[in-house]
Amino acid sequence: MNITLTIVAQALTFAILIWFTAKFVWPPLLAAIEARQKLIADGLADAERAKHDLEMAAKRSADLLREAKEKAGEIVASGEKRASEIIEQAKSQAKVEGERIIAGARAEVDQEVFRAKEQLRNQVSAIALAGAGKILGREIDAKAHNDLLDKLAAEL
Amino acid sequence: MSTEEHALTASSYIEHHLSFNVKQVADGAFWSVNFDTLIVSVLLGIVSFGLLWLVVRSATAGVPNKRQAFVELLVGFIDDQVKGIFHGDRKPFVAPLALTVFVWVLVMNAMDFLPIDIMAWVYHHVFGQEKFRAVPTSDINTTFALALSVWFLMIFFSIKVKGFGGWIHEFFCAPFGSNPLVWPANFLFNLIEYVSKPLSHSLRLFGNMYAGEIIFLLLGMWAATGLAGTIFGALLGAGWAIFHILIVVLQAFIFMMLTIVYIAMAHESH
Repeated sequence: MNITLTIVAQALTFAILIWFTAKFVWPPLLAAIEARQKLIADGLADAERAKHDLEMAAKRSADLLREAKEKAGEIVASGEKRASEIIEQAKSQAKVEGERIIAGARAEVDQEVFRAKEQLRNQVSAIALAGAGKILGREIDAKAHNDLLDKLAAEL
Repeated sequence: MSTEEHALTASSYIEHHLSFNVKQVADGAFWSVNFDTLIVSVLLGIVSFGLLWLVVRSATAGVPNKRQAFVELLVGFIDDQVKGIFHGDRKPFVAPLALTVFVWVLVMNAMDFLPIDIMAWVYHHVFGQEKFRAVPTSDINTTFALALSVWFLMIFFSIKVKGFGGWIHEFFCAPFGSNPLVWPANFLFNLIEYVSKPLSHSLRLFGNMYAGEIIFLLLGMWAATGLAGTIFGALLGAGWAIFHILIVVLQAFIFMMLTIVYIAMAHESH
């Protein structure tokens, strides 16, 4: 249990080991650890930023969607308005057309009635003439009684 | 089990295992070296710090491999300890010092796990050394060398931080005050502190490791008394070795913590 020169030698060894650790072991490892810490911190910051970006994008897409919906609603409303306008227009056109057709038909009917009356008048005068001939027992001279017949026809 | 079967007594067994491999350098009691202590501690230093260096040399900031992760755990652990105690720029010196102390003391303590009698046979028949003690920290020269180195560093940093005048001033004016009446008390107090620090620092480690070795020797002696002794000696030896894992790490840790505390105290002004 003597204190000998060993103590000096051990102190020297210790000093060399301290120097070696401080110069070659500690700095590179700590540099690597610090670099990794920075890497991780940067990664976390990036993730945070990406999250923020995502939130912004979601907000913007929601805005766009709402805008699009509004626009679509507007378009539908204007379409409906246009459609009712067209229907109204068609209705009024159809009314006009109908009235025109009805007027035409009425005129035609009047004409037909007039023509039928004319025909009927002629036939009635012929019947009256034939009836009168039979009653009188002889031929009636149509020429001699023409003015009378005309008068009768005008009365019918 | 011992190499000297014919002259085996309890005292000769223990004496044999506790004798250093002394190489006389010059005349005088001081001028000799414990060859075993030196060679083991230097080899352990080269191997452990060489391995650390190899791992660290290829250290990347990316995904670390298992070896690098292990070294990072060690370094991170020590860096945390230093950070908690020492409030200065620890990177250039104090943290590497703590790492050196911890690793070196740990591996030197760990030599205690080697089975003494088998190793004695190896030393004798493979290396031709009659006497060889493998645990450098159970040599008081080692622990005193470490403690005194830390002591000198403590004084160096004390003077570096406070200046020589500040250091002397602190010697006389702390901890009781700057009244000239308490100067002697302050001086005495500081003197005792300066003496007790390296003593307790080194003797704590030395005592623990030395006692551990003695226990192993006693169990080895018991193992030589017969079959029952062998069984109990082996069982208790295993138990003590397992318990010793704790002591080895704990003592290395305590030695490192005290080193940091002393260096940190040297940086603080009163």
